[in-house]
Amino acid sequence: MIPERLITVAVLAGLAGVALWALAMDTPFTITLATRAAIFALAAVGLNIALGIGGLVSLGHAVFFGLGGYAMGILAYHAQTYTTLDLGPLSIAGSKSMPLIWLVAVVASALAALLIGLLSLRTSGVYFIMITLAFGQMFYYFAISWSTYGGEDGLSIYVRNGFPGLNTLDPIQFFGLCFVLLCLALLVFARLRAAPFGLALNAARQVPARVETVGLSPLRLKLVAFVISGAITGLAGALFADLNRFVSPTMFSWQLSGELIVLIVIGGVGRLTGPVIGACLFVLLEHWLGAMTEFWHVWLGVILLGIVLFARGGIVGLLTGKAGPHV
Amino acid sequence: MSGILIAEQILNGLQSGVMLFLMAAGLTLIFGVMGLINLAHGSLYMVGAFAAAWVAGATGSFGLALIAALAGAALAGVLIEVLVIRRLYRAAHLDQVLATFALILIFSEGTRYVFGSFPLFLDVPGALSGPVTLPGGIQYPLYRLTLIGVGLLVALFLWWLTARTRIGIQIRAGENDREMIAALGVDISKLYTLVFALGAALAGLAGAFVGAIQSVQVGMGEPVLILAFVVIVIGGIGSIKGAFVGALLVGLTDTLGGIFLPQVFKLFMAPDVATQTGSALASMAIYIVMSLVLIWRPSGLFGARA
Repeated sequence: MIPERLITVAVLAGLAGVALWALAMDTPFTITLATRAAIFALAAVGLNIALGIGGLVSLGHAVFFGLGGYAMGILAYHAQTYTTLDLGPLSIAGSKSMPLIWLVAVVASALAALLIGLLSLRTSGVYFIMITLAFGQMFYYFAISWSTYGGEDGLSIYVRNGFPGLNTLDPIQFFGLCFVLLCLALLVFARLRAAPFGLALNAARQVPARVETVGLSPLRLKLVAFVISGAITGLAGALFADLNRFVSPTMFSWQLSGELIVLIVIGGVGRLTGPVIGACLFVLLEHWLGAMTEFWHVWLGVILLGIVLFARGGIVGLLTGKAGPHV
Repeated sequence: MSGILIAEQILNGLQSGVMLFLMAAGLTLIFGVMGLINLAHGSLYMVGAFAAAWVAGATGSFGLALIAALAGAALAGVLIEVLVIRRLYRAAHLDQVLATFALILIFSEGTRYVFGSFPLFLDVPGALSGPVTLPGGIQYPLYRLTLIGVGLLVALFLWWLTARTRIGIQIRAGENDREMIAALGVDISKLYTLVFALGAALAGLAGAFVGAIQSVQVGMGEPVLILAFVVIVIGGIGSIKGAFVGALLVGLTDTLGGIFLPQVFKLFMAPDVATQTGSALASMAIYIVMSLVLIWRPSGLFGARA
């Protein structure tokens, strides 16, 4: 059986290789597909911290994806219209600088995750699933009814935001940026999983009572995991908005939350590269099946049913021959 | 703001509340008895609506359409229970979420394949169309009033079924201890299929009723499904009484909030800002209510202590 470390290297090299090959072949659309996969993977790596290590089945992670997207959308909108964002006495200028936008996206998503986590982690199991789903829907309807930033139609940003020293309009340079962020997030995931915090969180998923007995608070562990998880997914949202130069309430939709979970499960829950494999396969399926039939979601559903009923542990589980953590 | 308008809006809130109850009752029964979180419940609502619209289009009879909705949704329910859901009762919540999410994809795209992307229309039956005058001079659509009545009757029926019949005793016993009632000779897998079919039929009925007010289209089930989740989180999972109270609370909050919050904000804000803030806040109102209930009672108003 293949060791997990080898799979990690192979998958990342494969993703970067596809983008470089597309550069050599001069097919920028393939680079865009690879970028899309990298961004979805980043969002799912974030969710994997809560879901894979912490066992928190969050069906509302699109909230953070959407918040990241709107952080980018709102800042860039004010920059391109030369207006200021007025929050009571505060008057903030817009920005077209990626590092600043990312910071805002991460902070906003982390704060939202803290608030949602505080409320929803009071419960567990099915309640948690339903409540995170409901909060997702709350943000969705809020974005629809908030007409200042486009309401249901969304916001278009005309020029992609800039990063010092790079030309972000060049597909391969933007892909590089997303890819580096994905690798950093994977590093965070791996370090977190092996750190005392990750071990304690893992234990809190399996036997909360014992964790409490040794003097740790399962609630606090899960909350911290949820916040980190939300922040990473928020960063992915900001990148996704920049990829499309467009944000709309669909970034908050519950289907997206479901798809993020699907990505992870296809790849392997709690695995380092599970989300990356899942995201690449998802983007490929979307592209190939989508070109063959308008109704490709039926086949996605059938594949998903097959995985849930017959192939526990996802693709990484099949490759390494080891069962994943039980969520 | 006149008293008549307020009364009308309260009736609208009740009407959407009782329809939510039909959805939430099935969900909460299925969770209470089988421990299953069923995301595909919204698809059964959609199946009911499509079956009704199709039969009404072919025969012109609303009564036959309702029967088709009940039968179609129950049949779809039995089918997925036997093929898929049955394997999930002992599975982790994550697997249940994924498998039923997969079912939504299959149902939605399958329906789009058969009926196309354009909405179908189901007409309100002639005998029930038009307004009636209520005491106090309120003009109110007869059809919506009928829905309130039917919803209350279904609630009464469910209470009678669970509290007064042999099946009801078995259902309640199944919630508490499935091994014990299996040992007492009750065919538990048949009971599960029956409960699932009952929940599905209720969802299909709601779909047909609401389909005559709104349009019948793919994806109509999921917003209602999420509202029904809010309802049973508020009421307490597994409790039919909780589902009833929660449904009315959510129906009333949603309807009244959308109308009155902008008006309230106009008292101390510029009109355009007030409309904007009011409607944005109204869209969040039920989730705020849900959060408050959770802070107060984490397992819902009538839920068993988790």
